[in-house]
Amino acid sequence: MRAPLSSFGPFSGPICGPIFGPVSGLALAAALLIGPFSGLVSSAALAEEVDKTSEAYQVANIVAASQEDGVYYTEDGVPTYSIKEDGTVDWLTYSGFRRYHSECHVCHGPEGEGSSYAPALKKSAIDLDYYSFVDVVTNGRTKVNAAENSVMPAFGTNANVMCYLNDIYVYLKARGMDAVPRGRPAKKEGKPDAIREAENACLGG
Amino acid sequence: MKRLMRDKRLLAATAAFLIGSSAAAVANEELKSLMNDPNQWVIQTGNYSNHRYSELDQINADNVGKLQVAWSFSTGVLRGHEGSPLVIGDVMYVHTPFPNIVYALDLNNEGKVLWKYEPKQDANVVPVMCCDTVNRGLAYGDGKIFLHQADTTVVALDAKTGEKVWSVINGDPSKGETNTATVMPVKDTIIVGISGGEFGVRGSVTAYKMSDGSVAWRGYSMGPDSDTLMDPEKTTHLGKPVGKDSGTATWEGDQWKIGGGTTWGWYSYDPELNLIYYGTGNPSTWNPAQRPGDNRWSMTIFARDADTGMAKWVYQMTPHDEWDFDGINEMILTEQEIGGQMRKLLTHFDRNGLGYTLDRESGELLVAEKYDPVVNWTTGVDMDKNSDTYGRPAVVAQYSTEQNGEDTNSTGICPAALGSKDQQPAAYSPKTQTFYVPTNHVCMDYEPFRVSYTAGQPYVGATLSMYPPEGSHGGMGNFIAWDNVNGKIKWSLPEQFSVWSGAMATAGDIVFYGTLEGHVKAVSAETGELLYKFKTPSGIIGNFMTYTHKGKQYVAILSGVGGWAGIGLAAGLTNPNDGLGAVGGYAALSDYTALGGTLTVFTLPE
Repeated sequence: MRAPLSSFGPFSGPICGPIFGPVSGLALAAALLIGPFSGLVSSAALAEEVDKTSEAYQVANIVAASQEDGVYYTEDGVPTYSIKEDGTVDWLTYSGFRRYHSECHVCHGPEGEGSSYAPALKKSAIDLDYYSFVDVVTNGRTKVNAAENSVMPAFGTNANVMCYLNDIYVYLKARGMDAVPRGRPAKKEGKPDAIREAENACLGG
Repeated sequence: MKRLMRDKRLLAATAAFLIGSSAAAVANEELKSLMNDPNQWVIQTGNYSNHRYSELDQINADNVGKLQVAWSFSTGVLRGHEGSPLVIGDVMYVHTPFPNIVYALDLNNEGKVLWKYEPKQDANVVPVMCCDTVNRGLAYGDGKIFLHQADTTVVALDAKTGEKVWSVINGDPSKGETNTATVMPVKDTIIVGISGGEFGVRGSVTAYKMSDGSVAWRGYSMGPDSDTLMDPEKTTHLGKPVGKDSGTATWEGDQWKIGGGTTWGWYSYDPELNLIYYGTGNPSTWNPAQRPGDNRWSMTIFARDADTGMAKWVYQMTPHDEWDFDGINEMILTEQEIGGQMRKLLTHFDRNGLGYTLDRESGELLVAEKYDPVVNWTTGVDMDKNSDTYGRPAVVAQYSTEQNGEDTNSTGICPAALGSKDQQPAAYSPKTQTFYVPTNHVCMDYEPFRVSYTAGQPYVGATLSMYPPEGSHGGMGNFIAWDNVNGKIKWSLPEQFSVWSGAMATAGDIVFYGTLEGHVKAVSAETGELLYKFKTPSGIIGNFMTYTHKGKQYVAILSGVGGWAGIGLAAGLTNPNDGLGAVGGYAALSDYTALGGTLTVFTLPE
């Protein structure tokens, strides 16, 4: 099951394991296995707006059921955010805010709000399930026709994106659920050592 | 290998020159006389001096209030529309953003399409263009229309038929090399730049022969002297020789190879001095800690010999950039009296918020003053010639992202990365000796962090939040009149959004500019008083031009919101207090306008 991960390049695979966590690592591999059909999966997922208030959606995608090394997971093993009552965000959400505004916002606009150029990712992070989201970021997507020239590049070889994929995902999901406001999160949990180590390994030291 | 190929092309170019030189001289004379004819608009900048000024005065301060739409034309493309159409004789040439369509419209026949050219480009170029697939327009020379496509293919089209005469590939989009700029025809060549500073591209300027597209010369922004085309003794920086390999000596190791300093702005030319002028962009990455040194010659004004490309002088405005203040904005060339003496001047409104006036023959720095009072990252430029830091901006420690370090969020820096002004070009009226400048009024938080380089992938390395300055008028832009001799703002018109259109001044004592909401505005060149306003179908990031047809003056503008403005402002800027729980509320551009490219042409009623 590890094999498909090698398509992430030298900085991923087993090295990135600690970031993705044992559960999501597996899930990620599964996402890549369905690769050939992913185009269909993505567009179908995009066409439908999910009911983000439904209990089923919340349990599968939003509510944190476990925590491992500072990363929160839902019952289905999907990474998610954790925000305390006083507004303290988990490290991944904070890190996602930073990485989003380095790698994504030049096309998608500030805070996942969308732009004249590219769609609002705070919506995509809700409407696309985790695996489709990972697929689109990794492999890219092209919509070129008479009405639009919309091309999402493949970031699969970009360590600055791939090493922070879960960070960006949980941040955007928190934005899409209105769990964090626009702007820089004011309070955050400390950076767990496990994340620091995994980050260094993933970026290649 | 690359080296060898280049030399071979150089040889070919030299041979072509020997055969084609007389025709080239004729082409150049034709171009100069067309440029001097106010009835036509043959290059994007109006003239070589980048004045964007017209001698036409049929439309003037007394009657501009009566202006009406004469006709309009949909480009069929949704993305941001920068640049302007050209008019040569009875034909108007209109370009679009990616896929970079060119239309030739017959002005004698109600704008009927004479020909249309649509290149085939790999759509994978779209996401490697930073900040929208804009294109800043066509140029004319030697009976040809020159188009520099997004994928860096430079095409020469027969102006009469639209047939491709030649094409050449200037860069490699798989490495993030793309194009958004126009080209400048000079003598028998066209001057061509490159984009991709956010992808670690090393910037260069290339002169291609107008006749066949062969390379005459290429000068890089950084690298050894053989690449930068610098003479260690004769090329000067603030009057002193640059020294050997200045384009590598101020970098650590091989970092200059992915050093940025791209050349996506406007070009100007002084035929008397035979020098071309342009600025280079930011050094890659945006994380200054990762690239120690002055990072020469990013952020630099270049003066190069038009025939050989050799750099005569350079001036680095922002050594070791810490804020993404690209130096690519236009260089406006004027003859004015300064200090009781007539001089050949170069005026430049930099992203860093300083308005510079230099002697364009020697490169001597004469004036460097803030053209937005909120600029705070520097206390000013050291003007003492005997000082060790002569010509350098004094950086305020609080706003230094280098001094604050990696992973530290530096807050309240003015201007924001988009600059007090981006590429949207200013105009100069010789009549009022005043510059009319579209500006941004935006500040930022900037947090740099470590990134790794992958060819063809973004190489940014900083997180930014942008917002209007505290205690200001609440808007994000101003349209200002600037005195370049004294370095002073004459008047300033507040705008709700950044002013992202190019300005145009005319002998009719009026100045045109457009707003991101979509308004065309005509104001008095003397006072800034609003004389005319019209809302076009979409936000304006294009530039104004004017021409006559059958004795009647017309003004044309492309609307079609997008570009960096469309990305940064579509949903409104970030409220810096949002994260602290306060209620946000900055104007969102999407509340005012939507995508879509349209050309609107104005004239006076019969």
